[in-house]
Amino acid sequence: MSQMVEVNGLGFVYEDGTVALQGVDFDLEAGCSVALLGANGSGKTTFALHLNGLLRATSGRVTVDGLVMNESNLRQIRRRIGLVFQDSDNQLFMPTVLEDVAFGPLAAGMSPDQAAEQAHTALEKVGMAHKSGKAPWHLSAGEKKRVAIAGILAGEAKLLVLDEPTTFLDPPGQRGLADLLESLPQAKVLITHDVPFARRLTDDAVFFLEGRIAARDTVSAIVHQFTW
Amino acid sequence: MRHARVERWSQGASTLHRRHAASKIIAALAVLVCVATLTSHSVRACLAYLALLVTAVTVARLPVIRLLANAAAVLPFAVCFGVISAISGQPDRAVMLVVRGYLSSLTALLLIATTPMPELLAGFEVLHAPRFLLQVMQFLYRYLIVLMQEALAMRDAGASRAGSIRTFHDIRSLEFRKAAGAAGVLFARAYSRAQAIHRAMVARGFEGHIPRFRVTPFRLTDGIFAGAVVAVAAGVRMLLV
Repeated sequence: MSQMVEVNGLGFVYEDGTVALQGVDFDLEAGCSVALLGANGSGKTTFALHLNGLLRATSGRVTVDGLVMNESNLRQIRRRIGLVFQDSDNQLFMPTVLEDVAFGPLAAGMSPDQAAEQAHTALEKVGMAHKSGKAPWHLSAGEKKRVAIAGILAGEAKLLVLDEPTTFLDPPGQRGLADLLESLPQAKVLITHDVPFARRLTDDAVFFLEGRIAARDTVSAIVHQFTW
Repeated sequence: MRHARVERWSQGASTLHRRHAASKIIAALAVLVCVATLTSHSVRACLAYLALLVTAVTVARLPVIRLLANAAAVLPFAVCFGVISAISGQPDRAVMLVVRGYLSSLTALLLIATTPMPELLAGFEVLHAPRFLLQVMQFLYRYLIVLMQEALAMRDAGASRAGSIRTFHDIRSLEFRKAAGAAGVLFARAYSRAQAIHRAMVARGFEGHIPRFRVTPFRLTDGIFAGAVVAVAAGVRMLLV
């Protein structure tokens, strides 16, 4: 299998001097999934933001689908990586669900008709086609999450990076989301505190500790090792 | 919430709703210009414009009384300036300030109550309004809702710890420093939210331009509608003043 993500010696320091990441090495093969576990502030989200260039590494190198992260190929990389943010309200910014899901394809240069078709297909995949004309802020938390995922699927991402995907979701919503993610063939990086959710979707886990990857093992082994 | 009500109104299917946004913008601009240039002693013209707007509200199948009441939101500001004019010895001008303010507010409200925001923006784009201005409008609309959500969350948090803060009387009774602090926190939270939204947009390919999704054709009936409203508005302005 080809390498989807390869990270070497990644380091990042915020403007206020906070060292968020240091010497992070990570890799993920195409179509595989991994859970990122660790305490709040351990660097998981900062790491994820590097995967599509929203943050630029202070040191080290990020390679996505064979492309080394730099200014010239940022657009191509962003089409390959779909970030699903913790709070879907932040992610959905267009006036209607359909327009929001079609935003990615339109931004990538598709015609409005093609983008609409692509958006419809993505909404059907997540079971939200019937809400396409609704304003995103009128949806429930679970529906917003599904629409946010549809927005990523419409862009034909090869890797889904989901930051705390179960936040704000009730148990049926969480189960529905797990079912949906299981059915998607893309590689996935799950940032989560929800161990059963992580366990259901992958057996591979990474544990972040103070900006470093402290261990990579099965979810069960990580949980056992760090009493998580 | 009021914005949700107006948004719901804008989803209607009346004859007025079906007109192209650009034609409604032209019509609204014509009325606004005519109203703004009304001089004192134009009572008949004011009544004519009010009648024209109420007719349009009825044609749009919108609740007349509620819309007329919502348009009064601008009155406190208009009255402030009116009072200043009255004190400076120009009572006629003061009355016209209030009346013009109200009619303009009603016109703008009618426009947004019959045109969904994306179509309104598309209409402005058809009329070659600066793209930057349109993006500011779109973000303002989106972020206004963010700001309202943050304000409501803070109000609930405050009420849960320190009683209800729901009316102007409650707000007045707060100490100024606390109110200023709350406003500061509100803007800091809204700023942080806005940053997160911008980050999400960039992650999905935003590079400074929001692409158009739908292109609604401008039909002959839209042109006739805009022309008719411009003619009526100008006619009233010329004949009844």
